[in-house]
Amino acid sequence: MTSAKPLATDVAIGLSPAFDVARIREDFPILKQKMHGKPLVYLDNAATSQKPQAVLDALIRYYREYNANVHRGVYAIAEEATARYEEARAAVAAFIGARRPEELVFTRSTTEAINLVAYAWGGANLREGDEVLLTEMEHHSNIVPWQIIAAQKGARLNYLPIDGQGRLALDDLEQRITPRTKLVAVSLMSNVLGTINPVRRIAQAAHEAGALVLVDGAQGVPHLPVDVQDLDCDFLAFSGHKMCGPTGIGALWGRYELLDAMPPFNGGGEMILVVQHDHSTYREPPLKFEAGTPNIADAIAWKTAVDYLGGLGMEPIRAHDRAMVAYALPRLAEVEGITLYGPHDPRERGGAVAFTFGGVHPHDIAQVLDHEGIAIRAGHHCTQPLHRCLQVEATARASFYLYNTFAEVDALVAALRKVRDLFPDES
Amino acid sequence: MSDLQELYRDMVMDHNRRPRNFRKMDQPTCSLEGYNPLCGDRVIVYVQLEGDRIADIAFQGSGCAISRASASMMTESVKGKRTDEAEGLFQAVRDMLTRPPGSDFDEDKLGDLVILAGVSAFPTRIKCATLSWHALHTALQGQAATVSTE
Repeated sequence: MTSAKPLATDVAIGLSPAFDVARIREDFPILKQKMHGKPLVYLDNAATSQKPQAVLDALIRYYREYNANVHRGVYAIAEEATARYEEARAAVAAFIGARRPEELVFTRSTTEAINLVAYAWGGANLREGDEVLLTEMEHHSNIVPWQIIAAQKGARLNYLPIDGQGRLALDDLEQRITPRTKLVAVSLMSNVLGTINPVRRIAQAAHEAGALVLVDGAQGVPHLPVDVQDLDCDFLAFSGHKMCGPTGIGALWGRYELLDAMPPFNGGGEMILVVQHDHSTYREPPLKFEAGTPNIADAIAWKTAVDYLGGLGMEPIRAHDRAMVAYALPRLAEVEGITLYGPHDPRERGGAVAFTFGGVHPHDIAQVLDHEGIAIRAGHHCTQPLHRCLQVEATARASFYLYNTFAEVDALVAALRKVRDLFPDES
Repeated sequence: MSDLQELYRDMVMDHNRRPRNFRKMDQPTCSLEGYNPLCGDRVIVYVQLEGDRIADIAFQGSGCAISRASASMMTESVKGKRTDEAEGLFQAVRDMLTRPPGSDFDEDKLGDLVILAGVSAFPTRIKCATLSWHALHTALQGQAATVSTE
């Protein structure tokens, strides 16, 4: 993914006939909304994406036509709900290249999927003195669960550093993965820097040292073609709401034999075979990890989102992101006082662009942009260790997706000039 | 005037550019760090008490224009006042910022601080404006810890 060789889709820069952004925008009702009387320019896709009408329809259809619990009832609508829920599992599993649907556990979120691995796998496998290797660009959700389990087990956390362009510095990767390293947890794409990490290379080094690899795919799966066999990882955590699906649904993919060997995470209904007074036996994966009534509606609507993205093709979506960044980076750099973070080469990064603007606090930047109808994020983006590395308290972040246009980048640049008008001495 | 202009009034921008009493105090009677985890605003308030009177007050830290201006204006408004008067101002500021839209508040008591009234239209910014006040309030109560607006 980070290879220097341009893909054929590079040629189709931006708003090509093959990738009709104007038509795609018609699928997203919210994009017709106004904010403060101005057309909504939604550039906070790294936080959550918007939803196409088809996904909204799928949610309503479930609740209107076949709302019933899954894996229980013998009546018709319960069977339909179960069939659609399991179809969703198969579709999401296939979307990331899983060998079989049983390798995909539905969770609430990427965060819950990582916690599942930390508690269930880490609880059973980490010992005193073991190491978990993270990176300095990880989201808090791929740091804090490891801190908690490491403290319980007497394990320690190490961090792969980043270079001046916000890329992982991997020169001494083989030394940083030690014989004590049991797991490497790395994001496929940074939610701040946009950096696409060479997960396959990291996985090869980890596997040679006998360590497992967990990939945080919260940003990567919505924006890149992802195949877990190709990544050569052992676990992949990701969620629906950043990829046109609903909130409240995520997934953990894991190699079946790993899931099978892991103890359960939550206990309760659905995950058991037989419950005695003093002990229980558990079902096989994935149901072993799905205690309680699952998020049926959102799982089903997530399949609709996956079908939608698959219909457009992840390669063209990736090419569009890259074209957006290739256009946005030099346009933003034209604004005097702007500092951009992350890789300079659009081939090495996804659609998130973090920046600071002189002495104007990012919160104030976001406030002025809001007034112009432009939604961006300001703050530490749940990456305090990364911001400590960057030596800034906070950044502003614009993040693109398949429905964004060059004109929206122009609107962002024009609005930043208004920020400077308001803060002439700070910017 | 637009909501945005109400938020970023000239006096607010002036206090942001040239914050008053923006310094470290070497031997304060009490001091406290306030932190807003939402946006990373951080402010340390130092207080020098003489009896129950605030003889001197200063602050340091980093944050958005609203948090910085509010802290700066706070130091000007409570310097020389009794601690119970400062507490009264804190309540008045909080009432002004969290009041229902369009309703009245105690303008006479607040003096220059009324310039922050426009913040009430921006719910996510109210914590920016009250951070330094929470820090002062907790410092005066003698609780030496980090105070959070969450």
